[in-house]
Amino acid sequence: MSEQQLFKVTIDNITIEVPAGTTILNAARKIGGDVAPPAMCYYSKLQGSGGKCRTCLVEVSKGSEKDPRPMPKLVASCRTTVMDGMEVKNITSPRVTDARAGVVEFLLINHPLDCPICDQAGECHLQDLGYDHGKAGTRYEFQRRTFHKVSLGDYIQLHMTRCILCYRCVFTADQMTAKREHGVLDRGDHAQIATFIERNLHNEFIGNVIDVCPVGALTDRTFRFKNRVWFTKPVDAHRNCPTCCGEVQLWMRGDEVFRVTARKDEWGEIKDSSDGKTGWICNTCRFEKKHISDWVIEGPSNINRHSVISQGHYVGVEKPAETFEKVMDGRKPRYFMDIHNVSEVNRPDIELSLLDGPATAKIFDEPQKDNK
Amino acid sequence: MKLLLEKAHIENIRLYDVYRREGGYRSVEKALKMTPDEIVDQVKRSGLRGRGGAGFPTGMKWSFIAKPEGVPRHLVCNADESEPGTFKDRYLMEFIPHLLIEGLIVSSFALGSNVTYIYIRGEYAWIVDILEQAIIEAKNNGWLGKNIQGTGFDCEIYVQRGAGAYICGEETALIESLEGKRGNPRIKPPFPAVKGVWDRPTVVNNVETLAAVVPIINMGGDEYAKIGVGKSTGTKLISACGNLNKPGVYEIDMTISVEEFIYSDKYCGGIANGRKLKACIPGGSSVPILPANLLLKTAKGETRYMNYESLSDGGFATGSMMGSGGFIVLDEDQCVVRHTLTLARFYRHESCGQCSPCREGTGWMEKILKNIEYGKGKMSDIDLLWDIQSRIEGNTICPLGDAAAWPVAAAIRHFRDEFEWHVFNPDECLKRNYGLAHYADERALAV
Ligand SMILES: Cc1cc2nc3c(=O)[nH]c(=O)nc-3n(C[C@H](O)[C@H](O)[C@H](O)COP(=O)(O)O)c2cc1C
Ligand code: SF4
Ligand code: SF4
Ligand code: FES
Repeated sequence: MSEQQLFKVTIDNITIEVPAGTTILNAARKIGGDVAPPAMCYYSKLQGSGGKCRTCLVEVSKGSEKDPRPMPKLVASCRTTVMDGMEVKNITSPRVTDARAGVVEFLLINHPLDCPICDQAGECHLQDLGYDHGKAGTRYEFQRRTFHKVSLGDYIQLHMTRCILCYRCVFTADQMTAKREHGVLDRGDHAQIATFIERNLHNEFIGNVIDVCPVGALTDRTFRFKNRVWFTKPVDAHRNCPTCCGEVQLWMRGDEVFRVTARKDEWGEIKDSSDGKTGWICNTCRFEKKHISDWVIEGPSNINRHSVISQGHYVGVEKPAETFEKVMDGRKPRYFMDIHNVSEVNRPDIELSLLDGPATAKIFDEPQKDNK
Repeated sequence: MKLLLEKAHIENIRLYDVYRREGGYRSVEKALKMTPDEIVDQVKRSGLRGRGGAGFPTGMKWSFIAKPEGVPRHLVCNADESEPGTFKDRYLMEFIPHLLIEGLIVSSFALGSNVTYIYIRGEYAWIVDILEQAIIEAKNNGWLGKNIQGTGFDCEIYVQRGAGAYICGEETALIESLEGKRGNPRIKPPFPAVKGVWDRPTVVNNVETLAAVVPIINMGGDEYAKIGVGKSTGTKLISACGNLNKPGVYEIDMTISVEEFIYSDKYCGGIANGRKLKACIPGGSSVPILPANLLLKTAKGETRYMNYESLSDGGFATGSMMGSGGFIVLDEDQCVVRHTLTLARFYRHESCGQCSPCREGTGWMEKILKNIEYGKGKMSDIDLLWDIQSRIEGNTICPLGDAAAWPVAAAIRHFRDEFEWHVFNPDECLKRNYGLAHYADERALAV
């Protein structure tokens, strides 16, 4: 085959070259950072996904070199391929940010906002989307749509109330498993993900629907309510698995394995495993190997997403130039406990930990005395 | 002038023998002697525009179909007709089914489709029988099947019933449904002309569009183009309903004025019960509603005619659209808020639920409208409604999102005072109707 054609595309005034056939979204991801539109339904590992949630809408201000007319409507960047000379506006277009705020509002009007009791909280794409692109208040004053919780077998719980109907789980089941057993029933805002007449999902790879689900609609029953994701530490590990690649992330606290998931990249999608294929993992690895001796530990995971789960192992995060010492006039930083131990602000001479009972204003009113 | 329904009321025209005696299937005889490209050219010359709603030139649509070597092509007839207020296709299929079959054979030949489908809405169950009967008769007489009339052209027509979803009228959803899947519209591109049914090049056309191919071939494209005005050539079926003396399906050539259509005895015969005209949706529920003063005359004060250009004169600010020809008339006793609520409920129920703006927005609008209608609305609700519809429009996969937004937008644009009256008079609005206000038809007021 001849050399692949390269198209020049400008997104938010940054120009890059990408192979013909690349979508605007993937081109923007190459640039990275805020230029990449948020994607709630597109999943690069799933064929046919995308185009539904409309969070990735962008404005095409110039169609191509040949046909410079702008596109009249905002387009879904995940399903629109670039043309040579195309100019795209994402965060530089007020129209886009406005429409996106609208989409976020639509996605949230029927969402239960039960983050405090949701297992996904902390690694939820809808939370991130809401913080980054949404508005603080809501104008929705009606009862929200509700569904009953359903257990799809021993491993997976479906919380339809939280679902944003991105169809990712349907595509996953379609493409990963021999026989899909769940899909979408009904239409419109009463549509729901369901197995017809509440069956269980049986399939060696069906657990992956938990990983692709952007929200807490599909959760791991072996992990439910056991811990918050930000209390557990992600650790890369592998095992010799006859079914899947066996390369996983363990979510540990102490040496207890709370949860096993596939490894995710910076867009929250499952990474390729070392053999170059998508690193889907099987149910055995995910649900049944919950002991540290089942795994060969590689070390703490590096996570390059902005999220509470990064656990200090940030990649590509810029640290400020100033050090603590500079900011605090030459004083060295102390441990957190120090701050609570001594009331440095007004009475450094009072050692809080030596006080009998809680510290009250009265103690601080006493004249200074030598502290033992 | 009548081209399609001219013979529809001859006794037993449903039967092949009668239809043939009245000159049926002549266009097939003529077409089979032409080349497919010549037929497409005739349709192009005729200026025929799609009758399904969007009004896209049919000849042009046909010339876009991809022709890769060795890949079968398909023609699909869209008989899903589910737009509220539209019932013209039903009339045509019910009374003169052979006309559609005849049009389908000619069009299939022009497009090279050996297997052609009629996708019909499930509720038209009895029409399926009528069509299948007509297909069998046509086949027995050598108009369908293998080697039609010795030309070597093979064609089969199958009727596929839908399961009662408005969205399956959208062409890509229709194709999904035809393939046996959930009727979710596809994301375009690729367009059906490149990848349609089973990823093969496909043309989807409305029943009336395909039936109109028969007179075009019979009389020639140029002759057909002389009927009507400007880019509105030929005749159009209008299904008129609402508070009219004579609701029904009328075939018009597109030169008559809206006023004539509503008031003349040849057509709708005026507003029923001596009432006054308040408003009208001229092209099926998806197009903007117009108050009487803007319906009969354009904003410039010119007479409004029943054709594509005139009905859309003034854009959405003061005009509407020809749409599918579902002509819904509201008299002074109708409440625009209630009417808008009815439509919003329909779109909420029919949204396929793929894209978030349409899925969530349609439900939200319905709830707000319900509050306003039942005297629980606030002034801010009206602005909120406007804001929601503007965030749906243009941001969705298929035009159903727009179709849900436009009626709400137009109702607020033209009838804002009626919405406000509901908000300010929460008790009264439950008991009585707002009436005419300033948008009454002057003509009727004088009476
Ligand atoms: C939500 C929706 C519903 C539609 N329903 C119908 C329908 O019931 N019948 C129809 O002929 N076209 C319908 N259409 C239009 C079709 O998508 C398509 O444009 C039409 O069948 C093309 O035929 P034409 O070129 O002959 O008009 C619908 C479109 C949308 C967006
Ligand atoms: S359950 Fe999750 S993955 Fe499936 S459609 Fe809903 S939000 Fe998407
Ligand atoms: S606009 Fe509505 S009906 Fe059309 S694809 Fe989107 S959700 Fe479905
Ligand atoms: S990511 Fe593009 S529409 Fe959802």
